[in-house]
Amino acid sequence: MPAKKHRIAIAADECKGCRRCIPACPKKLISVGNEINIQGYVAVKADNPEECIGCGSCFHQCPEPGAITIYEEE
Amino acid sequence: MSDKVKFGRSKVFFDPFERRPGPIKKNMHYCPGCGHGILHKLIAEAVGESGIQDKTIIISPVGCSVFVYYYFNMGSISVPHGRAPAVATGASRANPENFVISYQGDGDLAAIGFNEFIQAANRGEKISVFFVNNSNYGMTGGQMAPTTLPGQITTTSPYGRNPETDGFPTKVCEIINQLEAPVYIERVALTSTANILKAKKAVAKAIENLRERKGFSLVEVLSPCPINLKMSADQVNKFIDEKMTQFFPLGCIRDRSAATPAGNLPPAIIRDPEAVKSMLLPGVSENSGAADASKFEIFQKERRVKICGFGGQGVLSLGLNLANMGRLSKLNVSWMPSYGPEQRGGAASCAVIVSSGAISSPMVDRDCDLLVAMTQTGLNKFRHVLGKNGILVYDRSAMKPPVVEATQKVFGLDALAIANSVGNPKCANSAIIGALSKILRENGFSEAEEQAFDAAYQDAITENFAAKPAVLKQNLEAFAAGKKAALA
Amino acid sequence: MKYNHRLLLKGNEAAVYGALLAGCDCYFGYPITPASEIAQAAALLFPKLNRTFVQAESEIGAINMVIGASSVGHRCMTASSGLGISLKQEGVSYLAGYEIPAVILDITRGGPGLGNIGPEQADYFQVVKGGGHGSYCNFVFTPNSVQEMCDMTVEAFRISEKYRMTAYVMADGVIGQMMESVELPEPATDVYDPEWKLGRYVDGKANIITSLYMEHDDLEAHNEKLQRKYREVEAKEQSCETYRTDDAELVIVAYGICSRIGRGAVDQLRAEGIKAGLLRPRLVWPFPVDALRKIVSDGNAKALMSLEMSAGQMIEDIKLAVECKLPVFLCNRMGGNVPGGDEVCAAAKKIMKELSK
Repeated sequence: MPAKKHRIAIAADECKGCRRCIPACPKKLISVGNEINIQGYVAVKADNPEECIGCGSCFHQCPEPGAITIYEEE
Repeated sequence: MSDKVKFGRSKVFFDPFERRPGPIKKNMHYCPGCGHGILHKLIAEAVGESGIQDKTIIISPVGCSVFVYYYFNMGSISVPHGRAPAVATGASRANPENFVISYQGDGDLAAIGFNEFIQAANRGEKISVFFVNNSNYGMTGGQMAPTTLPGQITTTSPYGRNPETDGFPTKVCEIINQLEAPVYIERVALTSTANILKAKKAVAKAIENLRERKGFSLVEVLSPCPINLKMSADQVNKFIDEKMTQFFPLGCIRDRSAATPAGNLPPAIIRDPEAVKSMLLPGVSENSGAADASKFEIFQKERRVKICGFGGQGVLSLGLNLANMGRLSKLNVSWMPSYGPEQRGGAASCAVIVSSGAISSPMVDRDCDLLVAMTQTGLNKFRHVLGKNGILVYDRSAMKPPVVEATQKVFGLDALAIANSVGNPKCANSAIIGALSKILRENGFSEAEEQAFDAAYQDAITENFAAKPAVLKQNLEAFAAGKKAALA
Repeated sequence: MKYNHRLLLKGNEAAVYGALLAGCDCYFGYPITPASEIAQAAALLFPKLNRTFVQAESEIGAINMVIGASSVGHRCMTASSGLGISLKQEGVSYLAGYEIPAVILDITRGGPGLGNIGPEQADYFQVVKGGGHGSYCNFVFTPNSVQEMCDMTVEAFRISEKYRMTAYVMADGVIGQMMESVELPEPATDVYDPEWKLGRYVDGKANIITSLYMEHDDLEAHNEKLQRKYREVEAKEQSCETYRTDDAELVIVAYGICSRIGRGAVDQLRAEGIKAGLLRPRLVWPFPVDALRKIVSDGNAKALMSLEMSAGQMIEDIKLAVECKLPVFLCNRMGGNVPGGDEVCAAAKKIMKELSK
């Protein structure tokens, strides 16, 4: 059975820009974004979200409840 | 690709955070990079997986996590600073079906509330405590905490924490490890993903212990506070991993989870009225009810008795017996002891008032009708309270015959000797009451009153020693002997 | 099976029986003279009914355990005296902010500081005026007999639940320590299951309890709501007894043991031709303002005398109630001394003599 596909989704308005997730990603998929969100922070963004391996490292590092969601293919 | 959430917002959180004021309803109030959010997520996941959300109560402390109740959809109360383990004790004992989490920071737990915390741990309360150690007081602006490292600069240790004057960091887990009761103690850190996953396991174990009612669990969480420490995410992780762990080594300090059996719920509270009464009230015996207030004309006036002597002589019990006789005769009675250290050695005294009407003050400091003195010191202290026409009864074996006013009467009795003759020195009380029956008959009691007095004694002593027939018999004998001796 | 409801009990013990018969599930306390028999009786009796007794580590621990037990919807109480009540004040302030019920027995002793174990009534200010931080009130029952220690404890639970407020039963050491015969009531049969308790979900949302209102307007609104409640209580729940006040020229105001001494003094004064009467607050909060104002408006009274075992604490409430329309004198003892009937009569006569000049 081939490995399941994953996808990372970042809710930019829920990010506080602490950047804990950036070094946590083994695939280096997360970087600092370009815009200030509604909370007044520079949010991170996910580059090539489909390359996510679903390890959950960024999710566990993130202090916000729903800023990062990792989806898995059913 | 169809979407199944592998990692996402826990259903144990409210969504949105309606109770949080202001426009931001999806986020918590914590500063960027704060460890509280990480730990909140771990707790939410563990509670969600354990299936105990609806019965879990999380205590909101004072400190940065004061708003815990905005976030978890679980019962929550925001409590006084440091008192969370006491509140948790109350909530968990009152309703043992609850699963209670105490969530606390380092000021709350290790400083102002250390006593509440260590006592709850020592009692082995069936609660789980999550202790967030971030080496400073975050909410109030980065002051020194009990967990601040030596030399660490904070707003109240601007020259660095000086161990000579401020002491060393408080090692909470190690202190608690000295106690017998706690089941599980572990220290974790919210730094690398590997460490966070270890923390996740520790949190899950503490929640599982809670679900199984195993006892007291403590998870100390070294937690990043990048804003107050003025560090980046990387720097604060490094500070924790390299500096804090020197004082607060990570790892499991005690785990008796596996060896501790799951706890049972205590038996249900007895509320059935008949069952409540059977536990609290004496049964009415067939023989009781002989005493009769209507026979006692003498108590239409308030009658005041003072009994004095030495602790251990039965001064207070003599008064109690008289008061019980009055109660069983359906008269109003009051009994007032000297209380406090005075009763623990040295002089003892009590006052008894019997009346068919309302009793005013229970204190007898004048106009005493009957003074029973069992020691010379007692008599010296209280003879002035005896009324003009009062009666003094004294223990002849303990003192010389006292001199009284011409209008007063005095009777001596070898109460202890009588008690010894029936084989129980504790029956001196009954001997005195027996003597009183006769003395009062000669000084005011009618024949009917004497009979009612004796019946009341019989009722009172029977109620008192219902379970000890031998002692009951001795007392009745002492009463009879006392009565006879008073006649002589 | 028939049971004897008439027992000879100490005031402290009667309160514990009252609590259990009122349906109290939990006792949390720390021993202190002259209140220790409460903890002792609770330790003996609560487990017999599978109810909770915890000897707390401190007064602070005890009041916070009360907060915990009350928050999950169980009847609970604690007890202490003087300095122990001082320690509980933080928790009592929170209870007021939360608006959850609690019953506290205060068997008062001498102060300030360690004072002594004698029966002062010097907790009046710290109990009647709130006691902790914030603007709040507590019910304060003032029993003057062992029977009332039982009955008022039962009443304290009911009223505390009705208004979601702390109810104190405040008795001096004499009332706590003395024994009298008591007729115990039938056990409560009601089901106590408040809608606000923790552990209940309303529309899928867990109940919470807090005293924290970050927005100034929210906290002001909360305070206004509390104050409306307190005014309602003051209008509805005043309670006092009067004795021979109808034609009285001097009305003695006294609670607790002083009220019994005062009653005796009234009879003695009447026998000597002085028209004295007694007003005895059953509760000192809400204070019997209406009854006092009626005494003023009836026009017979020439003066009031506050009889207290303190430096004069209740006298302030009497003065506020009568709004300077009558002179208010103080007759007091301190340090654990209980005023004698003779000295009360002497004080009353002196007042009447001065007024007749």
